[in-house]
Amino acid sequence: MTVTAAVQGSHDGAWAVAAGVPDPELPMVTLADLGILRDVHQDGDAVTVTVTPTYSGCPAMREIRHDLRHRLRAAGFSSVTVKTALLPPWSSDWITEAGRAKLSAAGIAPPNPAVAPVRGPVPLTLTASTRRVPCPRCGSPRTQESSPFSGTACKALYRCEACREPFEYVKEF
Amino acid sequence: MTADDIDAYHSLSEETEDHRWAFGTGFTAALDGVDTNVPTGIDTAALAAYCLMLGDDALIYSHRLQEWMTRAPELEEETALGNIALDLLGQARMLLARVGTAEGTGRTEDDLAFFRGEREFRNVRLVERADSDFAELLARLLVFSTWRLAQFVALRSSKDPVLAAIAAKGSKELTYHRDYAARWVVRLGDGTTESHRRMQAGFTVSWPLVDELFTSSAMEAALPGVAVDPSGLREEFDAVLDTVLATATLDRPTASPLAGVRGGYGRDGVHTEAMGYLLAELQSVARAHPGATW
Repeated sequence: MTVTAAVQGSHDGAWAVAAGVPDPELPMVTLADLGILRDVHQDGDAVTVTVTPTYSGCPAMREIRHDLRHRLRAAGFSSVTVKTALLPPWSSDWITEAGRAKLSAAGIAPPNPAVAPVRGPVPLTLTASTRRVPCPRCGSPRTQESSPFSGTACKALYRCEACREPFEYVKEF
Repeated sequence: MTADDIDAYHSLSEETEDHRWAFGTGFTAALDGVDTNVPTGIDTAALAAYCLMLGDDALIYSHRLQEWMTRAPELEEETALGNIALDLLGQARMLLARVGTAEGTGRTEDDLAFFRGEREFRNVRLVERADSDFAELLARLLVFSTWRLAQFVALRSSKDPVLAAIAAKGSKELTYHRDYAARWVVRLGDGTTESHRRMQAGFTVSWPLVDELFTSSAMEAALPGVAVDPSGLREEFDAVLDTVLATATLDRPTASPLAGVRGGYGRDGVHTEAMGYLLAELQSVARAHPGATW
């Protein structure tokens, strides 16, 4: 991912405000942690922020846009424009190290590396997922996927065979 | 820490003009903030008509999947189906918003979803029927997601950057949808005598509407390099279906294709009986209270 925010001088302010906005669905991580903040451009006291959605139907997008406008205005920027970049599509690989640590601390297992898009037909997977997902609670590697979808499309539901607790896993995407 | 820092939804309770807390009419357009200029050389009317086809497929099928909410066999399947329906609704919203921006009429996704009559919808007939059991649901989900994934993978290189972007994201989603359906088909097909029988019956119900998925329309010919001719996707579809059916110990159905009405199919606006009932439910609130927001 490339973040082309100009981070010198007063530009730093706009970037820091935008980067610190929490995700509405995963409030323990910020937009910068998730890698959905793509660009922050400041011109005087006007700011243009570019974000990218995670999933097509992500209901959090409009709250994210609203929060960005609200917080940047509160920080003194008189004009705030929020743009959406659809390409390249968001990948779970863009979640930062800090973001992964925060997810883990909140009991949500961070994603494995995403599979790069193939040119031809996408291979079919008929077996249950064999990805290794250590339990974020007790660290045991003995975990099992109970559903490939969870409370949101970006997560799968797991359970730990050692501590018996259910937990969520952010899917590679 | 202020309330804002701990509760991301806090700002929604403020009185400003540009927010609303619920889905409903009057929402921010799905392509808000996106550069929606159509590159020169692309037939804008054909692009709009093509995106309408793809958008209607997702809108109508999403509605049928939403009907499974509170009715799925297990909570895990309920969340899975809800998420799949939401992914498709998101694809539908962006595609319908693309229709309005390409044709330049200013028609919104809500105008298209709620205020068109049955004959103006361009979805394939496969997505119209209500499922009668979980096996029927899975058979159709496998057919639909296998077909749409092949289509979207090819559309990632569309000359329309908006359509290419919708397809790039959508193909990742559809990969999960197809795998979900395929694993369940194997589990039930290769399960008990009863689950095998019902899984086989589920495919028999959808099969007459499969050929229609691969019928070219005038739009693909009018959009070289932009649209994808579905007739070229049949080989991949057959290979995937054959693999899943064989693993599931199921037979490939032999049911004959459902005929059109005087040569008309879903893409021509000619639909099955189920479509009118579906639209009545989908559109009644928006039509009873036009322009309402909540």
